[in-house]
Amino acid sequence: MGLLYGLIAVGLALIFGLMDVVNFAHGEFLMIAMYVSFFLFTFFAIDPLLSAPLVAAALFVFGAVVYLLIVRFAMRAKANAGMVQIFSTFGLAIVMRGLAQFLFTPDYRSIPHSWAGGKTISVAGIFLPEPQLIGALVAIAAFAGLYVFIHRTDFGRALEATREDPGAVALVGIDKNRVFALGWGLGAALVGLAGAIMAVFFYIYPDVGASFALIAYVTVALGGFGSVFGAFAGGIVVGLVEATTALVLPPSLKSVGIYAVYLLVVFIRPRGLFGQM
Amino acid sequence: MDKNFAARRRRDLIIAAVLAGLAALAPLVVKDVYVQNILILTLMYAALSQSWNILSGYCGQISLGHALYFGIGAYATELLFTKFGVLPWFGMLAGGVIAAVIAMGLGYPFFRLRGHYFVIATIVIAEIGLLLFQNWEWAGAAMGITIPVRGDSWLKFQFMRSKLPYFYFALALCSLAWFVTWWLEDSKWGFWWRAVKDNPEAAESLGVVVFNSKMGAAAVSAFLVAIGGAFYAQFLAYIDPESVMGFQFSLLMALPAVLGGIGTLWGPVLGAAILIPMTELTRSYIGGSGRGVDLIVYGALIVAISLALPQGLVSLFSRAKAKGATR
Repeated sequence: MGLLYGLIAVGLALIFGLMDVVNFAHGEFLMIAMYVSFFLFTFFAIDPLLSAPLVAAALFVFGAVVYLLIVRFAMRAKANAGMVQIFSTFGLAIVMRGLAQFLFTPDYRSIPHSWAGGKTISVAGIFLPEPQLIGALVAIAAFAGLYVFIHRTDFGRALEATREDPGAVALVGIDKNRVFALGWGLGAALVGLAGAIMAVFFYIYPDVGASFALIAYVTVALGGFGSVFGAFAGGIVVGLVEATTALVLPPSLKSVGIYAVYLLVVFIRPRGLFGQM
Repeated sequence: MDKNFAARRRRDLIIAAVLAGLAALAPLVVKDVYVQNILILTLMYAALSQSWNILSGYCGQISLGHALYFGIGAYATELLFTKFGVLPWFGMLAGGVIAAVIAMGLGYPFFRLRGHYFVIATIVIAEIGLLLFQNWEWAGAAMGITIPVRGDSWLKFQFMRSKLPYFYFALALCSLAWFVTWWLEDSKWGFWWRAVKDNPEAAESLGVVVFNSKMGAAAVSAFLVAIGGAFYAQFLAYIDPESVMGFQFSLLMALPAVLGGIGTLWGPVLGAAILIPMTELTRSYIGGSGRGVDLIVYGALIVAISLALPQGLVSLFSRAKAKGATR
């Protein structure tokens, strides 16, 4: 679970690290990914685990479009820049939730018989639910892929460079908007991947994103804004804390542990675990 | 400049007094209970947003966790009333004081956090409050509290026959929040807040006074919001954690100020006057289908206004005025 939190959070961290924008519609991106995965399963009988790349691709396009239509303009605001970003992405989240209700009704849906759903695997005497295990493996693979991508490819370097100094980058002939749009696409694609996997073992409904979004923000902040590695580490911490709290407190209070750990960490290190000053 | 500022402040005060006077006469014309309801909510959100604006707008410490104080106000009033028979007036004050104390207690560690870390910390703390109340059996847990009917009087702050007393209380609260903002704007705190907001590094050299002024902003802001929460609880006669402490309240408090103009005296009032009737009307005319059309319209408007007018609707007036001045 922690690795999936990490995967959701990495997308958010990427967007944030890239351009200092917090995407308050992140949870809704996840919700959309789960629906896409659901419909691919119901109409084309494609197993969510196989459709994950398709979902990621769809979300990539969606993320880039959101950047070009909304975020690009939000970033131009000179006054109250922070508020404009928060409320334009938040408005988007409300629209997406409304659209989901309108198109798909508020009903709870689930994917009944997926290839991995409901099975467990025994590893060294510990029983693990298969979808979660596969999710964890996908998350690790995606994280490794992202790491290589950022550090080893031209586009990755362009991302980093644009983050460091958008002005200088323009001089070398890199289109800032294109790089940022691709960055948003990439961030959204990671959420898409997470959404496709989670569609197997979570109910799908219009507000599902909201419950994960706050945990995603906490995860990113815990790891430190601007650090993709931190987000992944934060995810693991959050997963562990959640599992531990579940043993001590009633299930309805399990997130309290996560929040408490977050507060504790930022009070000691106001920049998060791996955040740069 | 100084003279202009003083003149502007005097003018603001006169406009506010005239508006409050006109609003007080509104019930003579408006007899429809549905419309009265909208007016009450509009005034309440204007008051809440104005209070939120003190900490988040003027002082620049953007809080998206003010629902915590709202909920505390509501719960303090109703727990004292239903469990100990304390009159809501005292419960309201108690709620305000508790909220202010908590806000200052939280401010101590929170004000060290910058930017998004601060915003997320405020969301998280409100969420913890929500979860704790949902699991607190004595306080009704997730079921909440139904407020028993004990009469129809100002003494008990319950009114069955007419909504007008609620209207006048909301108007008074809104005026109070406005007046406090007006008064603080020109105080020592007001100047420190602007310093904190515009240039945190430079403000840091002022050290303790800045910290104290932030604490003051947090306390005043939380106190007023808690009074709003107490009012809302009496008005609805029913509370549960989600409906008074949910994240949506933190947002609903912030939105009027954002739309109207953050850190301005008139922004929250203007924003609430447009946003709340619009929300209520879209909800009742196109939201009845339960299919989320109202959410779509509402969200799209937020996106459009925040992109097109980053300084809020108030900036339309000042822009027009600035043009006139240069001519």
